[in-house]
Amino acid sequence: MALFAGKNLLCYRGERTVFADLSFRCETGEALVLRGPNGTGKSTLLRLMAGLLKAHEGRLSWEGEDITEEPEEHNARLHYVGHADAVKSVLNVKENIAFWAELRGPSVKLTEALDAFGIAYLADVPGRFLSAGQKRRVNLARIIASPAKLWLLDEPTTALDASAVADLQREIARHRANGGMVIASTHAEIGLADANVLNMDAFQLRIDAA
Amino acid sequence: MRVFLSVVKRDLRLAQRQGMDSIMVVAFFVIAVVLFPFGVGPEANILARISSGVIWVAALLAAMLSLERLFQIDYEDGSLELMALQPIPLEVVVMAKITAHWITTGLPLLVATPLLAVFMNLPNDGFWVLVLTLAIGTPSLSLIGAIGAALILGSRRGGVLLSLLVLPLYIPVLIFGVSAIDGAISGLTVNAHLLIMSGLLVAALPLCPWASAGAIRQALET
Repeated sequence: MALFAGKNLLCYRGERTVFADLSFRCETGEALVLRGPNGTGKSTLLRLMAGLLKAHEGRLSWEGEDITEEPEEHNARLHYVGHADAVKSVLNVKENIAFWAELRGPSVKLTEALDAFGIAYLADVPGRFLSAGQKRRVNLARIIASPAKLWLLDEPTTALDASAVADLQREIARHRANGGMVIASTHAEIGLADANVLNMDAFQLRIDAA
Repeated sequence: MRVFLSVVKRDLRLAQRQGMDSIMVVAFFVIAVVLFPFGVGPEANILARISSGVIWVAALLAAMLSLERLFQIDYEDGSLELMALQPIPLEVVVMAKITAHWITTGLPLLVATPLLAVFMNLPNDGFWVLVLTLAIGTPSLSLIGAIGAALILGSRRGGVLLSLLVLPLYIPVLIFGVSAIDGAISGLTVNAHLLIMSGLLVAALPLCPWASAGAIRQALET
């Protein structure tokens, strides 16, 4: 059983406290949905989990081991989908996906990834001709092309149409069935009804004018 | 190593399809040098006297032209963030990007140099030393420049800031490059200069990717 957990996390952005005393845990096959209004630190928390940001207090651990001890090991087990799609305009879809998968290991499941999000017909189209939704599909296909245990998805449904959302639901369900974990921030319904919910509102510091 | 090569390959492919970058760098280099005979006058001995310095300074400025784009585009479209999240040290990716930068800018400069040496009436004795100093010097320029390129990530008007950061650091390379050529022309032995330049390169090889990767991580935290 793998376990990804955070304990008593505190994060500042500038002078502002984004969240304080936040704890969570996520085990094999589980999903965690971050909910809360804009600006409550959902993206910040995901970047923290990815190791892009450092918590000012508290600790993030994978099976009890602090993730900052071996950052490359932590990177090997996670896929992060952020706001930017990282699709190069002069590379075609196939090259875009293959590049990211090659960085993680020699085995690249390219056709599987293209099929998962219905973009096989775009394989030879350069990135500059893709719509926002198609770019997002390419970015999501990237995480199928190479395996990783933990998916960190920051608003993954942005710009996606209904059929792509259905594809994403199916992939998330399959990933979880294979023992993967998914942590996502989303306002949409992505088939995570059985997921644990982390309500970000609960960790806001209320500064009352006393 | 496999990862290193795939990043180099990707950057070369990007450079090749976006075109222009290498051509612009070389065109700038050639034009900047060709301006001098117009400004200084076509007296052969004056040109020969200043040729080594002019070619080296023009090469410095040309190498700096494309530095701004080294990390900036990957930073803006989110690629740099993903590169920092791979199971390999970011330093390796940075080193690969620097290598690709050198292949697309340093190498073309090196190819254009013999022509410019003739334009500037560089004495024959200095010719090979010029090529040699540029061959050792331009990788150092790409390496040192990468630190600047990483530091300006996320700032507006990065280009000007970049030159302020990087040009002072280029001075040692410039001094030893030019004095090696002048030494060769006046018949002195140039081994010491070349060794110092190689030393600078060897020192820059591990230090610059490390420093650049640190600056990139800092930029990604904002």
